[in-house]
Amino acid sequence: MKNIISVKLKFIVSVLLSALLAYAIGIFGNIPWWFFVFSNLLISIAIVQTPLRSFLSGALGIGLLWFVMAYGIDENNKHILSVKVATLLPLKGSSGALVFITSLVGFLLGGLASLTGSFVRKS
Amino acid sequence: MRLLPLIASTVATVGLVFVLNSELAVTKKVRLGYFLSPQHGFWKNAEKADASFDASIVANELKGKVDVYMDDRLVPHIYADHDEDAYFVQGYLHAKFRLWQMDFQTRVASGRLSEVAGSDKLPIDRFFRRLGMVYGAEQTEKYINEHNPEMKATVDAYTAGVNAYLKQLAPEDLPFEYKLMNYQPEAWTPKKTYLFLMFMSYDLTGRSASADLQLTNTRDYLGFDLFDKLYTNQQDSLDPIIPKGTVFSKPSISTVKPSNADIAYLKKGLDTNIQSTAISASPEAPDKNNGSNNWAVAGSKTKSGRPILCSDPHLGLNLPSLWYEVQITTPTHSTYGASFPGSPAVIIGFNDSLAWGVTNAGRDVLDYYELKFKDSSHKEYWYNGNWKTTSNRQEIIKVKDSADVVENIAMTHWGPAMFDEHYQSPQSKGRNLAVKWTGHNASTGVETFYKLNRAKNYDDYINAISLWKCPGQNFVFASKSGDIAIKQQGSFVARWDRQGDFIMPGTDSAYEWQGIIPNEENPMIKNPARGFVSSANQKSVDPTYPYYLGTASSFPLYRGISVNKRLNLMDQVSAEDMQHLQTDNFNVFAEVARPALMKFIDVNALSGDAQRMVKEMSNWNLYNNEHEKGITIFKMIWDSVEDAVWGDELAGSPIPLTKPESFVLLDQMNKDSNFSVADDIRTKGKVETLKEQVNLGVAHATKKLLELEKEGKLEWSSFKATRVNHLTKLPALSRLNLPIGGGANIINATTENHGPSWRMVVHLTDEIEAYGLYPGGQSGNPGSPYYDTFVDYWAAGKYYRLLFLPKAKLIANERTKWHIQFNKS
Repeated sequence: MKNIISVKLKFIVSVLLSALLAYAIGIFGNIPWWFFVFSNLLISIAIVQTPLRSFLSGALGIGLLWFVMAYGIDENNKHILSVKVATLLPLKGSSGALVFITSLVGFLLGGLASLTGSFVRKS
Repeated sequence: MRLLPLIASTVATVGLVFVLNSELAVTKKVRLGYFLSPQHGFWKNAEKADASFDASIVANELKGKVDVYMDDRLVPHIYADHDEDAYFVQGYLHAKFRLWQMDFQTRVASGRLSEVAGSDKLPIDRFFRRLGMVYGAEQTEKYINEHNPEMKATVDAYTAGVNAYLKQLAPEDLPFEYKLMNYQPEAWTPKKTYLFLMFMSYDLTGRSASADLQLTNTRDYLGFDLFDKLYTNQQDSLDPIIPKGTVFSKPSISTVKPSNADIAYLKKGLDTNIQSTAISASPEAPDKNNGSNNWAVAGSKTKSGRPILCSDPHLGLNLPSLWYEVQITTPTHSTYGASFPGSPAVIIGFNDSLAWGVTNAGRDVLDYYELKFKDSSHKEYWYNGNWKTTSNRQEIIKVKDSADVVENIAMTHWGPAMFDEHYQSPQSKGRNLAVKWTGHNASTGVETFYKLNRAKNYDDYINAISLWKCPGQNFVFASKSGDIAIKQQGSFVARWDRQGDFIMPGTDSAYEWQGIIPNEENPMIKNPARGFVSSANQKSVDPTYPYYLGTASSFPLYRGISVNKRLNLMDQVSAEDMQHLQTDNFNVFAEVARPALMKFIDVNALSGDAQRMVKEMSNWNLYNNEHEKGITIFKMIWDSVEDAVWGDELAGSPIPLTKPESFVLLDQMNKDSNFSVADDIRTKGKVETLKEQVNLGVAHATKKLLELEKEGKLEWSSFKATRVNHLTKLPALSRLNLPIGGGANIINATTENHGPSWRMVVHLTDEIEAYGLYPGGQSGNPGSPYYDTFVDYWAAGKYYRLLFLPKAKLIANERTKWHIQFNKS
């Protein structure tokens, strides 16, 4: 029982830490956009989980962060820019698809970075 | 054991970062990860729809305090204690709202597009470098730095304002387009302001850079006599800016046509040259429709008894717009109007005493001279029987992902040797050509606007515009005190007939410019009896004016006729009447051309469809309104008839030649039905009459019209499909298919991507009553609700009442929304 809680707790803490650190690094515009790769890496080295759980916690951390930010910005902007960018990319002008793609990019890269971290500990 | 997964996932992570961070062709060179990152990329440019623009800014460069109030259309009203502070803040605000556009436009002007967009843009960059755009800006910068401390201080303050904005700009807040194209802004410099003004000179006088080559080749192709008939300079229906019959004073410069000009220059009597390689329009040629309307109506014709001034410059329609509205109020003056992001001061507008506006003069101020170099070193060229030395000017073009391109340009006393064996266009045909252009000369153009912003009366206006050199403009004027005037002003070449229409010999001083016409001899008129002054790019004067103006193709005829006809009939004019006139769609060309066509159309011989089309055209009300079909039919028929008539004369050339002006065919139809050029010279042994050609044209047009009808594009606005293009021409950032009428030859001169770029009506009552708008928005950010705010209103022909108020009244006004404070510390 204790073990299960600890597994769940680790997962949730990883997700939250990953999102929080990525957000904090992102405040500094001079730091390259992909630097959350390092914070995710460190989190998954520090908090030992199975590779699958590491991947998912990193992926959800960044994916959700990006989703919440993109979605919030888009709502406040009344989709003015997202419609244009979604025409440009091209996503047939769908704001929703653009928010999804944005989240997906964060999800994949965040997950891979954390997965790498989990292997560091195990190798 | 676990090493393998570690390596695999490390490679995958690094690989994904690399892919998402690179400019890949598949993502249209967008760095996808960066672009999508909500804290770095484009999402940061998605402004809150209800964002506040309140701010407090500290800038050590200021002398005192500046308050800026933004109204509900995001127009800043700048109240500064010092003039220079006002320009500092104008620079700051231009940068805040239009930074990328300012950077992009000066990159175009200075031939630096390849640096950020790659080798695709090399042809444009080379063209502008070789034309001497940077050279011209350098002359102006040098002159102002040495001779004009007041303007230097103005431009320096403006520059400091732009740079103050740049200094505080965080990387994540870069304008959208930088993120899309992946490059960084750089510091503003006074030279960039002068480069921008060079671009306006090019846009408004640079058509000669391609037209002179084109006319030369057309003349060579047709022979002078036929050329002179088809490309005649005689415009019988001309209603000039200065009314016909005005007596001009004796010219102070008597121009002398060189004695050998008929043979060595005009090439009269030479055989036609059917083998000649023909030419295409340069891709960089400024729009032929660049022009404008302006007029002022005296108090004698208005309801209020006070003058009303109107101005609407017709230029390419772009987002972000060329224009940015602003009010500038300091202890020395108070002015409002449209400004250029890139330059200090108000360009077209009004102050608390008077109003002014501009249209393009269209005069020819750019010529080519053919050079004879001694050898390929280009160090000497033949001039008046001697070898004259050149100097070398090097222009280094940086190219993204590629080696620098170096242009070595021989500088002659004529100007830069634009074309030589290293740089040719299909038009220049292997010639060595130097370009001589008033745009190359130092100019204090900014000072004209600086002084107009502060002018109190007619004398101040004349004094301000007397400094104006290039591009030549028709400056219209009206004051609260009741004066109206218009003057064509610029550095105009004192030309003999047809001087500079074609490439001139560069070996003979007889072909030099024989002087610049003194300002006092430039066409002007003040408080005429008819109660109005106007211009619409037509020839400014009738043929009794002692100097040659340039070819007829530079002077559209019909808008001027329309404007004058309407103004003549009007009385008890109100500002609202003037708005209706600016957006008027009556087609004065069709009014004359339709009956001329009908005279030749043999209705009974036409197919059923053609009959139906012709009937619809005859029933058309002659207005180019949004939903009319008759205008589409008329235009297609007229164009097809022109093709049938001119096609054969021009068809032999491998690349299409320019068609003669429409008035040439129309004049012939009206006076001479046995017009010999109507004959198709390709059909030997048969002489086609104009009648046959017209009916052939109707048949051709009907085919195209039926296709349009099927696509549902017969209505004028669907056919014309007016759009306002983003400067990158990306459709996603542009406004397409606008519901608007108008067209070429129409007062509402809105064509496909060109038209009234700023409409302004100023009623000079005690408290000025002004209206205006441009097809864009105050913010250049595609992610702002203010990006294209005015476009729909503009298309609908509506106007905004402009807020021009003293500080206390503006603060109290319900339309005032935000406050930006600028303090020294």
